[in-house]
Formats: sequence, C-alpha cells, structure tokens
Amino acid sequence: MKDHPEATTEPAEGIDTAKTTEPVKRLDLVDAGQWKRVSPKYVVVEIVGTIVNAVVICGGAALLWLLLDQTWAMWVGIVVLVFSLINLVLEPRRVRAIGYQLRRDDLLFRRGILFQRFVAVPYGRMQLIDMNRGPVARWLGLADLKFVTAAATAAVSIPGLAETDAESLRDQLVELAESRRAGL
Amino acid sequence: MSEPEAPVPSPASVMRTHLTDGQWHHLHPVTPLLRGGIFMVAVIGFLIANLRERLIELFTGEDHYSGDPIDAIYQSGATGWALLIIAGVLLVLIVVFYLSWRMHTFRVSGEVVEVRSGLVFRSNRKARLDRVQGVNLSRPLIARLFGAARLDITVAGQDGNVKLDYLGSKLADGLRRDILHLASGARHVELPDDGRLAAYENASTGSFEAEPGAGATTSIARDSAEAPNAEAPNAVAPPLMGPAPGTPTTEHSALVGFATSRFKDLRAPELDPDFAPPESVVRIPPGRLVGSILLSGFTVFLLLAALGLTISVIAGSSGWVLVAVLPGLIGSVGYYFSRITKSLRFSIAGTPDGVRVGFGLLSTSSQTLPPGRIHAISVSQPILWRRCGWWQITINTAGQAASGSSPLAAILPVGTLADVAKVLQLVLPGFDTDDHRRLIENGLLGGLKKNAGIADFFSNAPVRAKWLRPFSWWRTGWAVSGPVALIRRGVLSRDLILVPLARMQGVRISQGPLQRHLSLASADLHTVTGAVTASLSVLDVDEALVLFEWMATGAVRSARADTTHHWSQIETPAPGVVQ
Repeated sequence: MKDHPEATTEPAEGIDTAKTTEPVKRLDLVDAGQWKRVSPKYVVVEIVGTIVNAVVICGGAALLWLLLDQTWAMWVGIVVLVFSLINLVLEPRRVRAIGYQLRRDDLLFRRGILFQRFVAVPYGRMQLIDMNRGPVARWLGLADLKFVTAAATAAVSIPGLAETDAESLRDQLVELAESRRAGL
Repeated sequence: MSEPEAPVPSPASVMRTHLTDGQWHHLHPVTPLLRGGIFMVAVIGFLIANLRERLIELFTGEDHYSGDPIDAIYQSGATGWALLIIAGVLLVLIVVFYLSWRMHTFRVSGEVVEVRSGLVFRSNRKARLDRVQGVNLSRPLIARLFGAARLDITVAGQDGNVKLDYLGSKLADGLRRDILHLASGARHVELPDDGRLAAYENASTGSFEAEPGAGATTSIARDSAEAPNAEAPNAVAPPLMGPAPGTPTTEHSALVGFATSRFKDLRAPELDPDFAPPESVVRIPPGRLVGSILLSGFTVFLLLAALGLTISVIAGSSGWVLVAVLPGLIGSVGYYFSRITKSLRFSIAGTPDGVRVGFGLLSTSSQTLPPGRIHAISVSQPILWRRCGWWQITINTAGQAASGSSPLAAILPVGTLADVAKVLQLVLPGFDTDDHRRLIENGLLGGLKKNAGIADFFSNAPVRAKWLRPFSWWRTGWAVSGPVALIRRGVLSRDLILVPLARMQGVRISQGPLQRHLSLASADLHTVTGAVTASLSVLDVDEALVLFEWMATGAVRSARADTTHHWSQIETPAPGVVQ
C-alpha cells in the first residue's frame, strides 16, 4: 500500500513541464489557479507601521546617544533607519506578493518574496475566524481576516481586505467550513 | 438538594455503573479531605513549628517551653476562649467542606458529561462525549490509600478538562468504561450475565480478582438487535461509592476487609489483565527503564557539572562552590527518583475503546486514548540509546496542550524495535502490513547513504542539501503511505514522525534566500500543539511542491473518510457525521 510520490501522475505533471524549461529555483505553485490579491491600499498600512516603528526606535536611540552619550545607540539607530528605508522601498512588492485562493476543499495562502511561504488549510479544519481592524486600516476601510485552526501555527492571516470583501469572505469561509465539517 | 432539571434519558444500555443514568451524583465523601490535603499539611506543619518545644518536652519530660502560644494562652487564663475559637473554626471548616461536597455534583448522560461545583461562585461545565480526547484515571498515593481515584475527561482546548475528583476506585474504573462506551457511539447493548454483574457489585467489598474482565466484550458487538433485551437489568446498580460493605458484617471483619482490599488494590496490576488481549500489551522491564533514565542528556549534564566542579575545586582551592552546588546534586537524585517511580510499572495496551497507557509505582495514572485522537507520533532515538537499541515514542493529542507537560507525551518511554512496532500498531491501526513495517524500519534506521543499492521508500533531500544540513541531509526525507505521512530526519537523534492525514490541520512550504540559491525548500505539517513538530527542514523545490499537493489533497480526503469521532459506529454512520 505504499504510494511513492514519484509514481503518481496527477500532481507531478505541472512540475514536469516546469523542469523542462529551466532548473527551477523559486518556490512557486506552477499549476495553481488565479491568485486573489489584497487591496493595494494595504501598502499604506504597512508603510505607516514601518515609519512608526522606525521613529520610535530611532527616537529612543537618539535620546540615548545625545543625552547619555552612548555611541553604540547611534549605530543601532542608523541600522534601524537603513533597514526601514529598504523596507519602505520593498513594501509595495511585498504587498503584491500576498495572495489567497479559495480552492474546492482548502484555503490556499501565499506571502513573501525573499522568504516565501505557501499554506494550505482544509476548510473543515476551521475553528473560528477573526476579523481585526487596526486604526490605520479602519481609516482606509480595510480589515484583516484570520482563519484559526486547532494547530497554533496553522493560522492563516489575510491582511488588507476591503471591509465588505472581508465580511463576505468570512461568511463564505464559515459556510464552506460548515459544509465540510470534520472532527478535530 | 432539589433538582429542577429533568433527568436526561440515558441510552437504553446496560452500563457498568449506575452513574450514567443522567441523574446528578455526588463524589466520594473523602473528596474534601483529599483535596484539602495540602491545606491540612500546611496547618499541621504550622502547629508543629509553633509547638515544637512542647512536643520535645512531651518526650524528654523537661520543662522549658515557656513563651510558646499555648503557654501564653494558659497564662492569660483564656483557655476557654481559645478552645471555643478552635471548635468554631473546626465547625466552620467541616460545614464548608460538607457543603462544597454537597454542591459538587456531576451527571453523565448519553451525550454529555456535566459537572457543577462551587459554593459562592457556582460553575457548571459540560462536555460533549463525542469530543472526548481521552479519559485519564489517576490515583495519587494518598487517594489510593483511601481507595479513591480521580477521573479526568480531556476535551480539546485550553484547560478543557472535566475533572471528577474523587470517586471510589472501582466506580471510577466502571465510569471510565461507560463514558468511553457512550462516546464510542455504540448504541447497542451488551447483555451481561447476572454472575458478572453480581461480581461487579461484590467488587466494591474488596476482592480484586472478582472484578470481571467484561470490558473486552463491551461495545464491539454492533448488533442493535440485542437492544430490546437490555432494558431489564437497568434497575440493578452497585450500591454506594467507596468501599461500603455490601453484606452485613461485624465491625471487625469490615475493618479487616477494608484493609485487605486496600492492600490488594495497592498491589493489583494497573491494567485489568483480562481487559486487553495480552499480545497487544507492551511492558518495560525495570532495568531498561532505569537504564534509559540514567542514559539521558541530564546525566551527561550532571557528569560535566561534576567534572567542572572537581577541576574548579582542585584549581581554585576554595570549597564554597561545592557548598553552592551540593543542594542541586541532592535535588537531581530526587529528580531521578521521581522519574523512575513515575514510569515504573508502565504498560500500554490496546482495548476496544482505544489505547490504554498506565504507569506509576506509588501514584498511578492510566489514560485511555480513543481511536483517532492522536495527531502526530514521533519515534526517536537519542544518540546515547543507540548502542542499546532503544526507542521512545511521543505523541501529540489535542487535550494535552492545556496541561503543558503532560506525562502522557511519551506513550512509550523506552522500548526495543519490537515494542515500537507493537505500539505503532496500536496507535495506527491498519498500518501493519509488511510494506508498512518495512517503511517504518526504513524510516527508523535507513537513509540515503546506507542503502544505496536497496530501494528506499522515502523521497530524500538532494545531495546539495549538504550545504545546509552537513550531517543529517542523507536521512532527511518524507513519504506518504495511505492515510499517514512520514517524515524521517536527524542523525544524532534519529527521528521518524508519523502524521495521520485525517488529523492534519494544514500544510506549509517555505523558502528562504539560502534555500533558493540551492533550489531547496522546507515543509511543515501543522498539527495540534505538542511535543512533536512535523517539519522537514530541507527538500528539493519540486519535491516540496509535490508534497504540498499530496498533503493538501490527502488531508481533505482522509478527513472526509474519517469516522473516529464515534469510533464504534463504523457500520451505520449517523447522518451528518461525515459530510
């Protein structure tokens, strides 16, 4: 009864076509369908977050440096500043890389450019769905949706959805989960 | 106590105890004493500390204890008041204990188990039986002396336990069986012959041997045709909780009977010998157990510490380090002692209602895990055990997340390969064909390098993974076999992780910049939180994609086919169970 993965046909097909073109290096679901993207406005939320972070840390470092004459604090501040600037430049791309798909039986989610990740969670595993709105996101009319399972690590969080989208997606997910209910 | 609620009708089946009739019941009368045990010890300790001199004087006969509280009271002539206060406090305590016992009630019906407790702040906890993750029956030493036991019904979630502490020992045994029987969804009835039931009743008077091994026949027969027969003996129920004598006896013989029954209880094997088929029982010889505990990382740490200490004493000459470390050394002896006494008399056995794990020498504990409650299994071998060929099996269950370091995380503390095979057979029923066995053996011992010529069932990491995992890359691989995913990894500590796909919560693949450069990726199978993490740190990118698809589809398919939430209902699944 052992099923060796190599011996299968169905999922491997997409891979084989990819192999013939180039030695793939990037992790990518070749045969995945159309990814749904999050709202482009979500960039603003991320940018504001990064700036606030940078201001707080750099401000603290500057105080340490100027008032208490701690030179190392200056270097910390500079490093944080540089990273924040790089982050700011990359932010739009990073937000574009967030995507999700409602497949027939599971929710597929992707995120990240440098550190990529793909997560698949069967609908039947849903325990609850969280909807969060931070201050900036609320101002822009956005919301985050979190799909929580029994595993602490397997929560899928889709940020930056337009509020109406988030609500309809939440209802849709609950409905899907209900129709595919499984035990724990 | 007036009961406003109408009793929930219980299924028409014959249970081992009368507790599952849907009525409210009380716990064992010694409950407050056992629960308040720590408080009592503290009070007694306080008294002794204060009256130490007087106690010494009692034995030596000399008179120099002036100045202690009793003396002060005596001197000021307030003896009467003091006695009155003591009596009042005692009275209040007794009343409070009695009331709290009175108010602490539970009931078990066909679908739920419910506990109400609390004097001022009432609490009411209800758990659905088909969500039961495990039933734990533990007997702390003191409770064992009283013939009481604690029943813990585990459901998933933070602090999601329904505790019934304490119940009469035999009663707890029976109730566990009943709860599992109800939870199994087997709605048919076993018809016990009268002799057996009578034997059960007599069991409360003492003799352990009279306890029937009826459990083996419980709940497996799925024949609903028997149901009509079942109504009749419903009225028969064992008399009282605890070791109440069933037959009129003289005071003296009752006392002797109590003592012998306690003694037999202490000596009795944890597992009812008739309950599980003997070929499914795994036991650990005490020698191996002690050896395994001595051959642990902690011992290595101790030896290194001792070595460091010796060197520092020789070199530094001052002895204060020794003084500082000595308590730690004594403590470590205690650690070994408690580890060993806790794991002695370990047994694991397959019963109709799941895997039964029991352990403990002084305080015993035995947990029953119904089928399909195990979310991940890890078979591992620390490097120190390699020479002895010992393995350990650890599992993740949904209930244990709450209690942190559950003693049950290790379902097999130490065992040989044969034991491992047996236990795996118990926890993964149906996973025991020759192919599966070879697959498991391969996962435990094999690797890409070792069997270059022989077919390896695992999809291994490519050679270039050497850059990221210089030592263990050749053992890093995965496989899927039917409803189970396997992950092989580790060289210093060899690990094989098995995840039943029907329990998997999700799958993730990810890739960092270094891995991208090498065309590698990593994968995680998400399970409920526990001691086992099913992650694969390096594998080929294309492999990762295959794995992702396989796990994602496999999880959905297995979950749909899964019926373990009512595990005995296999033949007639209730509508709406699988959907």
